[in-house]
Amino acid sequence: MSERFYDDVATAEQPGEKTFLDSSELVLNMGPQHPSTHGVLRVILKLDGEKVIGSECVIGYLHRGVEKIAENRTYAQFAPYVDRMDYVAAVSNALGYCEAVEKLLNTEAPPRAQYIRVILTELNRLASHHVWLGTHALDIGALTPLFYTFRDREEILKIYEKYCGARLTTHAFRIGGCIYETYEGFEKEVRDYCDFLLPKIDEYEELLTTNRIWCERTKGVGILNGDDCKALGVTGPVLRASGVKWDLRKAKPYSGYDKFEFEIPTGKNGDTYDRYLVRIEEMRQSVKIIRQAVDGLPEGPIMAKIPKVLKPPVGEVYHSIEAPKGELGYFIVSDGSTQPYRVRVRPPSFVNLQALDKMIKGQLVADVVAVIGTLDIVLGEVDR
Amino acid sequence: MADETKGPENPSPQPGDAKSASPAEVKPTVEGVGKTAVSVAQPGAPAATPAAAKPATPAGAAAPPKPAVPPKPAGPTPQPWTSPLGNEFKKNFGTGIEAWSYLGQNYFVVDKAVVMDLLRQMRDDGFDYCVDLTAVHYPKREQQFDIIWILYSYATNERVRVKTMIKEGERLPSSTSIWATTNWLERETYDMFGIEFEGHPDLKRILLPDGWKGHPLRKEYPITLQDQEWVKINLGIESGQ
Repeated sequence: MSERFYDDVATAEQPGEKTFLDSSELVLNMGPQHPSTHGVLRVILKLDGEKVIGSECVIGYLHRGVEKIAENRTYAQFAPYVDRMDYVAAVSNALGYCEAVEKLLNTEAPPRAQYIRVILTELNRLASHHVWLGTHALDIGALTPLFYTFRDREEILKIYEKYCGARLTTHAFRIGGCIYETYEGFEKEVRDYCDFLLPKIDEYEELLTTNRIWCERTKGVGILNGDDCKALGVTGPVLRASGVKWDLRKAKPYSGYDKFEFEIPTGKNGDTYDRYLVRIEEMRQSVKIIRQAVDGLPEGPIMAKIPKVLKPPVGEVYHSIEAPKGELGYFIVSDGSTQPYRVRVRPPSFVNLQALDKMIKGQLVADVVAVIGTLDIVLGEVDR
Repeated sequence: MADETKGPENPSPQPGDAKSASPAEVKPTVEGVGKTAVSVAQPGAPAATPAAAKPATPAGAAAPPKPAVPPKPAGPTPQPWTSPLGNEFKKNFGTGIEAWSYLGQNYFVVDKAVVMDLLRQMRDDGFDYCVDLTAVHYPKREQQFDIIWILYSYATNERVRVKTMIKEGERLPSSTSIWATTNWLERETYDMFGIEFEGHPDLKRILLPDGWKGHPLRKEYPITLQDQEWVKINLGIESGQ
């Protein structure tokens, strides 16, 4: 939202005269129970009239001590827990963790497993972006996209349900590969879904891209330039919308991503509108990757030959993947026993949320809602 | 310097580790693990026990197929890592720095005294993205904490970790002036380990509530422990733990 409205009010005053229109500093507590904070995020806003002059995030309401739990479980036992961090992108979390442990074991999933993983992970990126688009638009006042996106996300969840029996926290992968072979008709269903989704993405764009209210609410809001992004460690679509062409799938390919052709969409202005365009384009690119993966799905085993009891050799590894929100990394320390000595999760949402203060300074309160939506945070991952 | 202080529970590289992997036989994973690990009683599969008891004879390796199951049996060990970057740092910072590579991942083990200069130097050398900052607790070691920075360079697509060790109660200078992102990461490290960073703009707990006692990711902190006093005062209930 432009600042014109605010400035008009301010200049309408007689200089030096106190009236009821005078603004003074106000501390406003937004959340933790607030529908547009996407969970239990509390933002303490310091306001001058409608204008944000400072903010502080209070987080931790959903802290479950995932990293502590990891130290008290075996490698395999901990795998389901990672699904519960970013619960709208559970498959991505699992991929990151399984690959990190595989790295520690100095092994790799077989090609077929890698392709299945890519298909499911990219479907998950679509699902995550569906949730983002629906809720983000809802926060800004557009009700319709929520119904459209959740309707289309449902089809992905159905594929998950058929594949592994669970819809949200799937635990679809195991260390060393996949445990389930694809079901009959999997490839056709995934292909059909790709055909089904592409026109739907155009439909979302029809609703929003040139919508005047949408543009007013998102253009020029929450600007973050590329250098700020790098300094703040911001990754994912937020970084790319600021003009930095960087995607871990290209920079450090994992799980066979180097075999697929796709573009890295970038923005120019680093505002909320560009982030919207980048994510929309990412959905199209995901469809492209899924189609390639389904077409090239190789035959063969889906599980690497790894021991039943996992005892990775003593050492430390860091492995990260491009989750829908940004760089999701796992730093695992093994002491040679069956339980990890330490698991550190590098959560993209947590790090990206740190940029909130910079993005909303000088903006209006209504923009805070838009910026929280555009950051695409999941509090389960922020707090872990 | 850093080497002598490493305790028995330390999974970081020891120069001696390289020896344990040198016999490139079928079994060395089992052996390699047994030598370097803290207390690995027996290898995973029960069938491996007789083979492990015997020295590596060709017959012993062939008879039980189970120990050969790990796909890449040559147990990986940290190797010295030489790079122009490391050589330059060694020239500048002298003995306080070692360069290692493990499974293709490179890292520096740096003395606490020079770590901030090194980090600043690395930022200026193009490592403009601090991916993560975290710690690991080794209660049995004299220098109880490993502090790890994971750095990335957008220009060269290179990822390097920097590790330093500090004693209980020792403080580190804050790296917030080098990368803004370490603000919350240092707060989390403080929250979870009680490690204080000097010069941090606002060092306080981030995930746990203010006033909580204890730092949960320390090894002596049991998994079910709650700050009962805090629960009683703030929630008005018994903690139930």
